[in-house]
Amino acid sequence: MKSYPGRLQGIVEEFRSVPEQDMRAELLIEFADKFIDVPEEIAKRPFSPSNLVPGCESEAYIWCTKLADGGLKFHFAVENPHGVSAKSLAAILDEGLSGLNAEEISALSEDIVYDIFGRNISMGKGQGLMGMVAMLRSLAIQNCG
Amino acid sequence: MSSIEDRGYSNSEVLVSTDWVADNLSNPDVRIIESNEDQLLYKTGHIPGAVEVDWVNDLNDPLQRDYLQKSQFEELCSNLGITRDTTLIFYGDKNNWWAAYALWVFRLFGHSDVRIMDGGRLKWEKEGREMTREVPSYKPATYKAPERDDSTIRAFRDDVLKHISAGNQLIDVRSPEEFSGERLHMPDYPNEGALRGGHIPGAKSVPWARAINPDDGTFKNADELRAVYEEEQGLKPSNDVIAYCRIGERSSHSWFVLHYLLGYDKVRNYDGSWTEWGNSVGVPIEK
Repeated sequence: MKSYPGRLQGIVEEFRSVPEQDMRAELLIEFADKFIDVPEEIAKRPFSPSNLVPGCESEAYIWCTKLADGGLKFHFAVENPHGVSAKSLAAILDEGLSGLNAEEISALSEDIVYDIFGRNISMGKGQGLMGMVAMLRSLAIQNCG
Repeated sequence: MSSIEDRGYSNSEVLVSTDWVADNLSNPDVRIIESNEDQLLYKTGHIPGAVEVDWVNDLNDPLQRDYLQKSQFEELCSNLGITRDTTLIFYGDKNNWWAAYALWVFRLFGHSDVRIMDGGRLKWEKEGREMTREVPSYKPATYKAPERDDSTIRAFRDDVLKHISAGNQLIDVRSPEEFSGERLHMPDYPNEGALRGGHIPGAKSVPWARAINPDDGTFKNADELRAVYEEEQGLKPSNDVIAYCRIGERSSHSWFVLHYLLGYDKVRNYDGSWTEWGNSVGVPIEK
């Protein structure tokens, strides 16, 4: 069974413990409710296309900044008002990964999407969400590493 | 936006307004169906009395790449309290994209009274109308479907090959980046589920959302739609047209526009779309 860096492992284990799709959905919605939009001191609208996740139908944007202790902090925006899944994943990635360094995040796998959302998501949805994971990892390594 | 009846559509009755839906929430002859791209959305709240039909879990065969079979469709409808005479109102997120897809599948099984709520979920929310998290349950109904008809509004790969040989019209409703094949070549990102990028030879690029007013998700009026499909791309209502995208969901939205709103008689949705064409051996591709 795949393992994940930092607090993300604990979050994944929480999802693995609720295989029922309805309960999993409730948990995902709870995370979506915790979503925090990117603060203005990090980015203002209109956002740069370089922060847009390719292939994500919910128009998700990601930024990465470096904290004083060398750890990384991720920020997100989800411009489509119906992008609940993207907001949920953003909140999970922020809670699970912010504070880690680039090397720790470089091991992050896109499999996280299936571990969290389950296998019953559409291919397009899965690809959009995996695009968020890939972009976060890429930003961590290239821009903040 | 003008009223639906004043927009010049060939079949204006296939669209209903949010007012109409609000007035028919308790109408036993009507079933409101939410179908979304985002599978969490219905659970965060929906129109009171609306049921959910999910593309992945409800409309697809879990084993082979195809839609559900007749008996499965009958069971789905029966469980939702739908009879052959029920008026079905589809709505959803992202400009009714998946709502149009669900409607198209219901048409494959010959359900005749299918309509879309103009503006979808976005318009309903923007108007501050009531939403609920309560999932309704309806008394199971008896639903007897005819055999699924794949010949009239659905195209398969071999149909598309014959179609392009005959010089008939194809529209690719994906994004310009998908049409050009550019997106498949972006490093570090998951691909679009196809080994090759580009488009089917002769296809015209008309991204599906061009049929929509972005502010409220409503459909453009008939003159505006004709400007997109006919003046820009040269389509005519008498044309034999096949629409495709990546898996056939966006193209069912364009199918709905061409067939119902503009009155094209022969429009088919190639649901195999790019995930089939871009992975097929030996089929022609253009860039």
